[in-house]
Amino acid sequence: MEKDEQVKMNKELKIIGKSERRVDAWGKVTGKAKYADDYNVSHQLIGKVLRSKYPHAKIICINISKAEKLTGVETVLTAKDIPGAKVFGVVVKNQAILAEDRVRYLGDGVALVAAVSKEIAEQAISLIEVEYEPLPVVSDPEEAMKPDAPVLHDDKNEFVHHHVQKGDITKGFAEADFIIERKFKTQFIEHSYIEPEAVLAEPSEQDGIKITGCVQNLFSTRRSVASMLNLDLAQVQIVQSTLGGSFGGKDEAMTLISCRAALLAMKTGRPVKMVDTREESMLESYKRHPYVLYYKWGAKKDGSITAMEIKCIADGGAYASMSPFVTWRSVVQATGPYYCENVKTDVYAAYTNNNYTGAMRGFGSPQVNFAIESMMDDLAEKVGMNPLEIRMKNGFETGAVTATGQELTHNVSLKEVLTKAAAASDFEKKWKRNREAKSDEKKHGIGLACSYRGVSLGAEGTDAAETIVSVQTDGSVIVSSGITDMGQGAQTQMSQITAEVLGISMDRIHFLNTNTSRVADSGATVASRGTIMGGSAAKNAAEKVRITLLEVGAEMTGDAVSDLDLLDNYLINIKTKKPLASFNELATACFNKGKPMVSHGWHHSPKTSWDERQGQGEAYFTFVYGANVAEVEVDIETGKVDVLDFVSVHDVGKAINKGMVEAQIFGGVAMGIGYGLLEEFEIEEGIPKQANFDEYLIPTSMDVPRIKAIIVENEDPTGPFGAKSVGEPTNELAAPAIVNAIYNATGKRIYEIPANLERVLLGHKLTRTGKRGLEQKEIEETDSCKTRGNKL
Amino acid sequence: MKKVTIHTSVNHKHYELEIKPNLTLLSLLREELGLTGTKCGCEVGECGACTVLMNGKAVNSCLVLAPQIDGQEIVTVEELAIGNKLHPLQESFLNHDAVHCGFCTPGMLMSAKDLLDHNSNPTEEEIRTAISGNLCRCSGYQQIVDAIQNNNVSPLKG
Repeated sequence: MEKDEQVKMNKELKIIGKSERRVDAWGKVTGKAKYADDYNVSHQLIGKVLRSKYPHAKIICINISKAEKLTGVETVLTAKDIPGAKVFGVVVKNQAILAEDRVRYLGDGVALVAAVSKEIAEQAISLIEVEYEPLPVVSDPEEAMKPDAPVLHDDKNEFVHHHVQKGDITKGFAEADFIIERKFKTQFIEHSYIEPEAVLAEPSEQDGIKITGCVQNLFSTRRSVASMLNLDLAQVQIVQSTLGGSFGGKDEAMTLISCRAALLAMKTGRPVKMVDTREESMLESYKRHPYVLYYKWGAKKDGSITAMEIKCIADGGAYASMSPFVTWRSVVQATGPYYCENVKTDVYAAYTNNNYTGAMRGFGSPQVNFAIESMMDDLAEKVGMNPLEIRMKNGFETGAVTATGQELTHNVSLKEVLTKAAAASDFEKKWKRNREAKSDEKKHGIGLACSYRGVSLGAEGTDAAETIVSVQTDGSVIVSSGITDMGQGAQTQMSQITAEVLGISMDRIHFLNTNTSRVADSGATVASRGTIMGGSAAKNAAEKVRITLLEVGAEMTGDAVSDLDLLDNYLINIKTKKPLASFNELATACFNKGKPMVSHGWHHSPKTSWDERQGQGEAYFTFVYGANVAEVEVDIETGKVDVLDFVSVHDVGKAINKGMVEAQIFGGVAMGIGYGLLEEFEIEEGIPKQANFDEYLIPTSMDVPRIKAIIVENEDPTGPFGAKSVGEPTNELAAPAIVNAIYNATGKRIYEIPANLERVLLGHKLTRTGKRGLEQKEIEETDSCKTRGNKL
Repeated sequence: MKKVTIHTSVNHKHYELEIKPNLTLLSLLREELGLTGTKCGCEVGECGACTVLMNGKAVNSCLVLAPQIDGQEIVTVEELAIGNKLHPLQESFLNHDAVHCGFCTPGMLMSAKDLLDHNSNPTEEEIRTAISGNLCRCSGYQQIVDAIQNNNVSPLKG
C-alpha cells in the first residue's frame, strides 16, 4: 500500500486541481433535479403547523375539536400525542417538537394538522383554539443575564460560559503605553437559503419511517425522529433530496419539520408532506447569533499588543441549539491570529424570547472577526502604522503559540495571504491616497481584514466520516458518502478524488445522495469539513479498491503489481507505458474472480484536546488563513456604501476543484457583503420585523462587485492531496474589510453592523415606528401560518 | 370557488384546463402539470426562482394568476434542452460553474434567455440588471454573469 501510494504521488495529477464540471449540475440546469418539494406520492396528506401567538406565554389549554371535525382533516395533534421524547437538541435537549405547556418564541409550534389539501390544512389550523397566559418577554441577552430577568429554562438564562486564559492581563495592561477599549455589536442573520424547508414522510413496511427532505445533518435528524417515535435508528431512514442551499441552516430547522411530518405520518399511516412558506421559514428558523463584544487591548507605541481582555455575549434565543459550540469557536479565535502573551476571554450565551440561534456559515467567527479586525485598524491609527504594517508586525508565523496554548506547527501562511491581498489591490498606495483625498461628495476607501480559522470540528467532538466507492462490472462507479452536498460541491470533489485514484474519467462516476440507512453516521456536513473528512474517506475507499484492481490486473497480465498503474481508463504498465486492459475489462475480470469491488473508506481526524476549566488546549488539528481587501465608495449625502472592488485570498491547502474553490470565495464574499452592509433580521420584544425577502434584503447581482479570488496552496498532510477548508473562511472577513474601508473613506468607524445608510450617515440605527411585516398580519387577524396562496 | 376554463400553451403543448381562479401560474405548473423545474422560493415576487417566459418575456410565475395565461404562451426550464442536447446557455452555466445549489438556476436561465433573445451581445451591466430580480445565495453571481456573457448562443428554440 505504501509503495503503491508512492507511485501515485509521483504521478502528475490528472483530475485534482482541475475545474471539472459538477457531477450534480446537469439535473439542475434541466429542471430534473429533485428538491424536497418536488417529491409527491399518491394519497399524500399535507401537514401544517399552528405556531405561537406570543413570544413568551403559558399554554392554558388547546381545543382541537373544531379543527378535527372539518371535512378533509385526517388528524390534529399536540405535544400530548408524541409517544417518545418531546424535546430534542444536539447539546442540550430542551427544544420542543411541539410546545406543551409553554411557548418561548414566536416560532414555537403548538399543534399539527394533516389534511387532504393545503387549503383544508390551513383552514383547520385557524380553527384550533389556544388559550395563553402571556409572560414577561426578554429580548436582549445582556438584560436576560440580569438576576430579575424572566427565565426561559431552569434557573437562569446564562447557559454557556467559555473562557480562555493565558498569562496575566493585569501585568499586560501595566506594561502597555496605552489602552484601546471598544464595544461592538452584530445582528441576527437569516441564512436565506432560497429553497424553504420541505419534507415527505412515508411510513415504511417494517413499521418504520422514511423521510425524504432537504436535510443538512441527516444523522442528528434521524436520532431525534427515532427518539420521538421510540424507534430504533435502523427503522428511521433519512434520504437527502437535492438541497437548495443551507449555509448551516438546515440542521435543527429540518429536524423539527422532519419530526412533525413523521409524527403525522405515523399517526395517520399515510405519507405526509410538509413545506414551509418563506414566512413560516423566516419566523421559525434559527439565525446567526447577534453578539455584543467588549474588546480591551493594551499596546505599546511600537504597535505590539501586551494584553487582551475580551468579553462577548451571544443571544442564544429560545433554545440552546448549537450555541455551546458556536461560542466555543469564538472563544478559541477571539484574539485573531496575533501574538499576545496576556489574554483573558469570556464568551457567554443567554436565552431570550428571540428566534433561537445556531449554526451559520462562519460559526462564531464573523462576529469576533468584525471586532478583532476593527481593533487592529484602531491600533494602527494610534501608532501611526498602516493596516498592513500593523498586521505584519503582530501576525502569527509558523511555530506561533495561540491564546489557547497551541503551537501552530503547520505552515502558517498568514503573512503570505496578507502580502498577496495587499499586492493584488495596491492596498498601501490607495489607503494613503484615500486618506489624503480632498473632501468630496463621494469618498473612496480601502480596507483590509485577515483571519485564521480552525479546520473541521476540532475539540467540539468526534470527527469521522465514511465514503463508499463501488465499481460496477461495466467500469462505471457509484460513490456515496455521509457528507452531504448542499450546493458547495462535496459530491464533485469526492468524485474527483475517486477518479484521480482510480485513474478514470469523471463521466464514469455516479454520486448518490446521502441516505442514513446506506452509509455510516458521518456526523454533520458542517465546519468546512466536507473535503477534509469526506474527501479523505473517498481517497481511502478508492485506494482500497485500486489495490484490488491492480492485484487482479497482475493476475491477468503476469506483471508485478508494482509495475502496474491505472491511468486514463486503462490498466497500464508503468515501465512500458503500454495499456494492458481497459478499466471496463479490469472491472469485469475483478467480478469474475469474485473479488470485492466495493470499499468503505473511513477517515478519523487527528487528535485535538480541550481543557474547559483552564481554557487551554490543542483546539484544532490544523488552521487555514485568509485575507480580504474591500474598496468602497461612500455617498456622504445619503450614507450609501457601494463595494467597488474586492480581493479575497485564501490558503486552502490544495484546491481539489479550482472553479469550485473560486465559487466558494465569490459566494462567501457576497454573503459577507450582506453581513457588513445590508442584512439585519430585526427582533423587537420578541417580534420579528422581517417576514420575507421584500424586507430582509440579501445582496442582488447589483450589490456584489466583480471579485478577484486568489487561491494559495500550502498543502497540508492532514487533508486529501493536501486540501483543507474553504467554505466558511470566505464568509468571515468581508464585513470588517468593508467597515475598515468606510473608515479609510470617512474617518468614521462603525461599531455596529450592518453599516447601512443610517449608521453610516447618522452613526446610529433608526427604529421603525410603523407596523409592518408580521405585526401587520396580526392586525389583519390572519394567522401567521397562512400562505399567500390562500389569501389570493 | 367557481372554476374557470382556460386555453393555453405550455412548452408548446396545448392545454384546456379547468382551474380555480385564484391559482397562481406557479402552482399550475408545479401542481397541475407536474413541471417541478420551476421553483417556489418566496411567493411574493422577490426571489425570482419561479421565473418563466410568458410570450417570451420573463415573469415571476408566483405573481401571475393562472387565468391570465389564457391564450398566452408559457415556456419553462424544461423546454430549454432538446432531449439530451442542452441549450447553449445550459452548457455555458455548466462550463462556468454557475450552478451551485441550483435552486435559483431555472429562474436565472429563463431571465437570461429573455435577455439574450432580445439582446444578443449584452454588457455586464445589462446582464446584472437582467438577473437583478433573481436572488442567488450561493454564488456571488460572478460565474452566472460570466456564463451569460460568454454563452455563444445558437438560434434559440421557442
